[in-house]
Amino acid sequence: MIKSLRANHHILANTQEQLRILSEGMFADGELPTFEDKLSLINEYPLKPNSLEIFQVNVGYMCNQVCKHCHVDAGPDRKEIMTRDTMKMCIDIIRKANIKTLDLTGGAPEMNPDFRWFVEEANKAGVDEIIVRSNLTIILANPSYHDLPQFFKENKVRVISSLPFYQPDKTDRQRGKGVFEKSIKALQMLNEVGYGKEGTGLLMDLVYNPAGAFLPADQLQLERDFKKELKNHFDIDFNSLFTITNLPISRFLEFLLRTDNYDDYMEKLVNAFNPAAVKGVMCRNTLSVDYQGYLYDCDFNQMLGLKVQKAAGQHLRDFDINKLENREIKISQHCYGCTAGAGSSCQGTVA
Amino acid sequence: MEKTYYDPADLKKFGDVAEFGPELAKKFFDYYGDVFKEGALTAREKSLIALAVAHAIQCPYCIDAYTSDSLEKGVTDEQMMEAVHVTTAIRGGASLVHSVQMMNKSKKLSM
Ligand code: SF4
Ligand code: SF4
Repeated sequence: MIKSLRANHHILANTQEQLRILSEGMFADGELPTFEDKLSLINEYPLKPNSLEIFQVNVGYMCNQVCKHCHVDAGPDRKEIMTRDTMKMCIDIIRKANIKTLDLTGGAPEMNPDFRWFVEEANKAGVDEIIVRSNLTIILANPSYHDLPQFFKENKVRVISSLPFYQPDKTDRQRGKGVFEKSIKALQMLNEVGYGKEGTGLLMDLVYNPAGAFLPADQLQLERDFKKELKNHFDIDFNSLFTITNLPISRFLEFLLRTDNYDDYMEKLVNAFNPAAVKGVMCRNTLSVDYQGYLYDCDFNQMLGLKVQKAAGQHLRDFDINKLENREIKISQHCYGCTAGAGSSCQGTVA
Repeated sequence: MEKTYYDPADLKKFGDVAEFGPELAKKFFDYYGDVFKEGALTAREKSLIALAVAHAIQCPYCIDAYTSDSLEKGVTDEQMMEAVHVTTAIRGGASLVHSVQMMNKSKKLSM
């Protein structure tokens, strides 16, 4: 697959179709309990947020890669992009609501022409931390991006990057041919300016997600492996490794259905449901903003078109922290991905 | 009558063997659970051993189960294949080493 589902006019580009699949089949006929059933059993339904800490802003779906598992269905053909006006609204809210962390994602967030402006303004607005979800290869994609490591450093950005494996094969199969080699170069460039090095305070974390229809390995064990292998072979240092579970939406859902893995995978997620992980699901302290300024419980709900509950105010314009903190989080069966095993969030395991 | 000996869906029903004998089943599953706990060997090493043994005994259920378990423990395709080659070397070697007996016998019988 070299194009997004959207560009292929795939039926799963339609979020209603994804939601239909997620609610039908084994869940409709009672063979498997729905996520709502599971939450009810542990008195967590409806799922409610804690206080808001993280603003995860998706500044556009454009990306220089077309990874097989991408839950955003991002790619070079996606043109949706956040304008500076919408970013200004975000900055206002960051100031007013005293948001601690701004988490920038995409697509490749760096491809938004106002990306650097946004980072600088957010720093002025006084956030504690700015995270950029960088796919690494963007740094090498074009000379205008070569200085990104320096820019990140100057703005004390925390870099969190996907690297599915410490060997080329799995990485390239999931993210595209040659991605591993470029990612390694980019990591070395980040290391050069001090990222991932002790004492610099410049944090660089890696994200591992399974290259297929299985759950992630133990985070600590994998972190040890990654550290050893990347150091030995490429002299790369990094801070933490986060393992995340692939959620059954968008391109990963397409993969599951096409390869006849869907039923088994959902059953695996349901069986691995961990009540302790429910406490740490990221929708509880995070709010997701799309390129148009609409609000969602998380980036996954954004991609499914599930805006926050209407009464909470669905756009930056209507931002009201009290209403938002009292909302009910919208859930479906994809949420099982966040509560399987040790749990999964943008910051790795949660239980 | 069933048309096949093996059905992938039966793997999930493994626990149902307790239906015909709960006490021994419980003992077995408790033991099984303990065997695979992290110990002097890591859970990952145990998963790889299980995968290798599954190939030796040619149990399709175990091959399925320990392929996905190995992947979930961060084992690479390369490592899984090497484990199977270890099985093959031992299995092949076990047959081959008996040829010494064959040779002994043949030599004894022959003038
Ligand atoms: S780099 Fe990230 S956003 Fe881009 S296609 Fe891959 S997973 Fe999606
Ligand atoms: S998918 Fe989103 S809404 Fe569902 S549990 Fe995970 S973070 Fe929360």
